[in-house]
Amino acid sequence: MNAIEILDQEFLTIRSRLLDIAASLDRIQRAEGDAESDSRMAHVSEAIEIVGSRLPHRAERVQLLFSREYDEAWKSRYELESRA
Amino acid sequence: MYYIDPHIHMVSRTTDDYATLSRMGCVAMSEPAFWAGYDRGSVDGFRDYFVQLTEVEPARAAEYGIRHFCWLCINAKEAENVQLSRDVLKLIPEFLDCPNVLGIGEIGLNKNTRNEAIVFQEHVELAIEHHQPVLIHTPHLEDKHQGTLMILDMLADHAQLPSERVLVDHVEEHTVKRVLDAGYWAGMTLYPVTKCTPSRAVDIIEMVGAERLCVNSAGDWGPSKPTAVPDLIMEMRRRGHKEKLIRKIVFDNPRAFFQQNKKFDLMDPAER
Ligand SMILES: [Zn+2]
Repeated sequence: MNAIEILDQEFLTIRSRLLDIAASLDRIQRAEGDAESDSRMAHVSEAIEIVGSRLPHRAERVQLLFSREYDEAWKSRYELESRA
Repeated sequence: MYYIDPHIHMVSRTTDDYATLSRMGCVAMSEPAFWAGYDRGSVDGFRDYFVQLTEVEPARAAEYGIRHFCWLCINAKEAENVQLSRDVLKLIPEFLDCPNVLGIGEIGLNKNTRNEAIVFQEHVELAIEHHQPVLIHTPHLEDKHQGTLMILDMLADHAQLPSERVLVDHVEEHTVKRVLDAGYWAGMTLYPVTKCTPSRAVDIIEMVGAERLCVNSAGDWGPSKPTAVPDLIMEMRRRGHKEKLIRKIVFDNPRAFFQQNKKFDLMDPAER
């Protein structure tokens, strides 16, 4: 399948998912209280930017955005000896 | 198309599910030991669970023409209790000769804690000592990337465990290449809420290829769909993938991984 054929197939799904996201964010905004300062909202905005970009591997980038950081020195932090 | 579900928790499923899976073409399945939804209070709770996995489930599956295999361990969630974990580790060898036991699993990390890492390493050492393959659970959501890399670090410490005898499960877009590049098998779990959808799994197959890659439903007691593998077959067909490629993912690959244990003697139904 070429790009246009895939777009033909995916367009309505993409449209409906974008509307779901917009409506969820509207619901949060309409509600009492303020979620804007919650760090998850910053992640959501950043993820939307990634999705709207032309970067390759956007799914992987969004996954990494929502991931805790990996520290190479975790074993010494945990005081675990290498068990080779 | 007949297929193998390499990761499904049938102790949590009904007999109707066995019937449905059989009708959909499932000819074999493997069930890793996992968290029951509550912490078991004693080692005897695990002994009973291992009897269920090695005697009860194979008999239920056989009623529907499905071969049932399993993996034994104490899962990462209960591994926070290191003393209980060590008692379970001592119990496991009693069951390793059961005809449907394929190895040690699903061991892994959950919240990536120190205790989980200690118990993970001790399981790996048990697997090496008893020449058992290993099936590994990786954490979900924000813990997955970090936990997967920690697991790969620990596996790298154990050269005696050949990479081709290890399957790292629940890989997604951001972990699949790390696992495959390190020489391990990888499993993608199709799950309605927190994990991978059939479309994303097919995207991953298209991006990284089909070598050493499997898919499973991980059907359990939570929101999950035991028929997720047929959903993937349907999605691959919809995109025009060749039957040969689909078969590699849902039958040939899990069979090749499992056959490293001589006890996995499943005949190809086409050659029976
Ligand atoms: Zn599982």
